[in-house]
Amino acid sequence: MIAEEEVVMDGAHFTPFAALIGGLLIGTASVVLLWFNGRIAGISGIVGGLVRPRTGEVGWRVAFLLGLMLAPWLYGVFHPLPEIQVQASTGLLIVAGLLVGFGTRYGSGCTSGHGVCGLSRFSLRSLVATLCFMLVGAVTVFMVRHVLGGVA
Amino acid sequence: MKNLFAGLAGLIFGLGLIVGQMVNPAKVLGFLDVAGMWDPSLALVMGGALAVASVGFYLLRGCAQSLLGLSIQLPSKIAVDRPLVIGSLLFGAGWGLAGICPGPAIVLAGAGVSSGLIFVTAMLAGMATYDWLLRA
Repeated sequence: MIAEEEVVMDGAHFTPFAALIGGLLIGTASVVLLWFNGRIAGISGIVGGLVRPRTGEVGWRVAFLLGLMLAPWLYGVFHPLPEIQVQASTGLLIVAGLLVGFGTRYGSGCTSGHGVCGLSRFSLRSLVATLCFMLVGAVTVFMVRHVLGGVA
Repeated sequence: MKNLFAGLAGLIFGLGLIVGQMVNPAKVLGFLDVAGMWDPSLALVMGGALAVASVGFYLLRGCAQSLLGLSIQLPSKIAVDRPLVIGSLLFGAGWGLAGICPGPAIVLAGAGVSSGLIFVTAMLAGMATYDWLLRA
């Protein structure tokens, strides 16, 4: 028997080494963009800056996003892509996308801008933002999976 | 030259998301599902990223220009305000519903995954809505 409050680790799916190497790569990418371009690798900010583009702010953003989009193809040359399991319905994907798009712009960042770059430079704003989206993300999953019973 | 390095950064970033399996929404939801079978992988992705990026930011302190001679543009806001909190709460709700945040969304769309394309279209609409309603 497992006590109700105890956190049960999913040992079957936990991938510590792949996760750590992935993280090191993401950190390296952030440093490349910072050192060479002088910019924060915040994906929502990079995408959002293209919605109403300003002069001189288009090229590097498009180049960065093309790099992101090319990554699965380059990875696929050497190794099959990891499993992609999407449980959300089309309707839910649209609601989630709208919330993510609006929320990241209103809150000035997402997992990369606040969660990686912001925390790396000890920004209090980014710490608050990261705690907010982690907490609500966990509460949302709890509601969907354990209260509503996965109806979504 | 600056576009070349931006593209390289994007490519490395995308490879990191793939290697760390953050492009798999089920994996991300497994991290957020603290009350179920918790998969702590995402914490290690963030830990690895923070380990490198914090050194990168530290070494750059005091510099005004990048290696390519571009100005270094860091966020200037310091105050924790209402938009930061409300925006982050809304983002968290969307992230928890689908298990997709902006970086993985772009990678999935690039790979031609239909759910990624749907999500990115909605995300762009959400961003445009913000610009239309709130951005001066």
